[in-house]
Amino acid sequence: MINKVVKDAQVAIADIQSGMTVGLGGFGLCGIPENCITALVKKGVNNLTCVSNNAGVDDFGIGLMLQQKQLKKMIASYVGENAEFERQLLSGELEVDLIPQGTLATRLLAAGYGMPAIFTPAGVGTEVAQGKETRLFNNKEYLLEYAFELDFAIVKAWKGDTQGNLVFRKTSRNFNPLVAMAGKITIAEVEELVPAGDIDPDHIHLPGIYVHRIFEGKDYEKRIEQRTVAKQ
Amino acid sequence: MKSLSHHLIIKLSHHQINMLDKNQIAKRIAQELQDGFYVNLGIGIPTLVANYIPQGVNVVLQSENGLLGIGPFPQEEDIDADLINAGKQTITTVAGSAFFDSAMSFGMIRAGKVDLTILGAMEVADNGDIANWKIPGKMVKGMGGAMDLVASAKNIIVAMQHVNKAGESKLLAQCSLPITGLKCVKKVVTELGVFDITPQGFKCIEYAPGVSLDYIKEKTLGRLVIADDVREMVVG
Repeated sequence: MINKVVKDAQVAIADIQSGMTVGLGGFGLCGIPENCITALVKKGVNNLTCVSNNAGVDDFGIGLMLQQKQLKKMIASYVGENAEFERQLLSGELEVDLIPQGTLATRLLAAGYGMPAIFTPAGVGTEVAQGKETRLFNNKEYLLEYAFELDFAIVKAWKGDTQGNLVFRKTSRNFNPLVAMAGKITIAEVEELVPAGDIDPDHIHLPGIYVHRIFEGKDYEKRIEQRTVAKQ
Repeated sequence: MKSLSHHLIIKLSHHQINMLDKNQIAKRIAQELQDGFYVNLGIGIPTLVANYIPQGVNVVLQSENGLLGIGPFPQEEDIDADLINAGKQTITTVAGSAFFDSAMSFGMIRAGKVDLTILGAMEVADNGDIANWKIPGKMVKGMGGAMDLVASAKNIIVAMQHVNKAGESKLLAQCSLPITGLKCVKKVVTELGVFDITPQGFKCIEYAPGVSLDYIKEKTLGRLVIADDVREMVVG
């Protein structure tokens, strides 16, 4: 039986090198690979190109890597909530490529589906379309957008087994399966690691073929950005 | 000092009019909801629409981070970090909810499965162009899902203030800010009235209680026509 289990985040990310392109799962701070982000900060790799829907907040998530100036370029759809990001962007220290959220998700999906590109109407007539090939289908204009190639993909799941099969929980699924599918090497950190066979095959959200390394993470903070409760 | 006092006068004159507040705008938009609709609500005034869904109208709210069936905000003890909306607020689910990944979420949006999209805007042009994602040199937060939504939605209603903080019209002949999408907005609801986007430009079909059509004309820079059967808005 294939066993993809590694000891911890430090071992999982040991061969990520400066200058690589790394994708990270999560939406805001929901479903982010906290253990691997901490390990990347500790390892100190830099000049990374980071693909992720968001860039964390100043003192959590990808924001921790921004503080250490580990990123050369950020590819994301929304980067509010992060003053350090804005500072590095306006000062020219950080390159940024802002792309529509659905385009980002689908370019990752395309990579995992073995398709080199997609056509999407998102961004037609906007600055996103500049320099891009377009094509008309049924009289509607679409942009050609290429699939992502990630040297490493790092994702967070709720549950996983020793063969890398993953189950996500609620809205923390978001970009995680898509980032996972786009990685040449994919690392999954999970809250609970179980033996292969423990998860009903019908309940698996992402099959382990897309996952190369898996470990059970620890000390999840799961920080909430906008804690909102019902009015009494 | 001169510009400040000028600014104040504009503000004051605008406030003398009996304008709708954000909740009343949301309440008016809620009247557009039809039984069986799948609806995506943007951040800001659109989120408030969820509070005014008419009785007997069943709609399913989509959150583009991967949920159909947004429920109310949770009680303190039910807060779950793994359950948030697209504005990153903690939420709950309702009976019949479903979770999915971000590609499927935008897949259903792109495929036109979502019946109605309600979103905010900085500017709308009289041909339906919308700008709501960027202020060059000032705001660099990104477009999030806005460009995907406006490029594919069948029906887009914009909820926004009629004028900006400087008293300038946000209903224009042409957007001055970077475009989010072209010719996509179908209807605009502001504190002054309800406007359909037509080949003739903004068509005022309703005015807010106490707001004159002359005032609306004064505050609208894009082409404006008044519907023959224009009437006072009913906000309940």
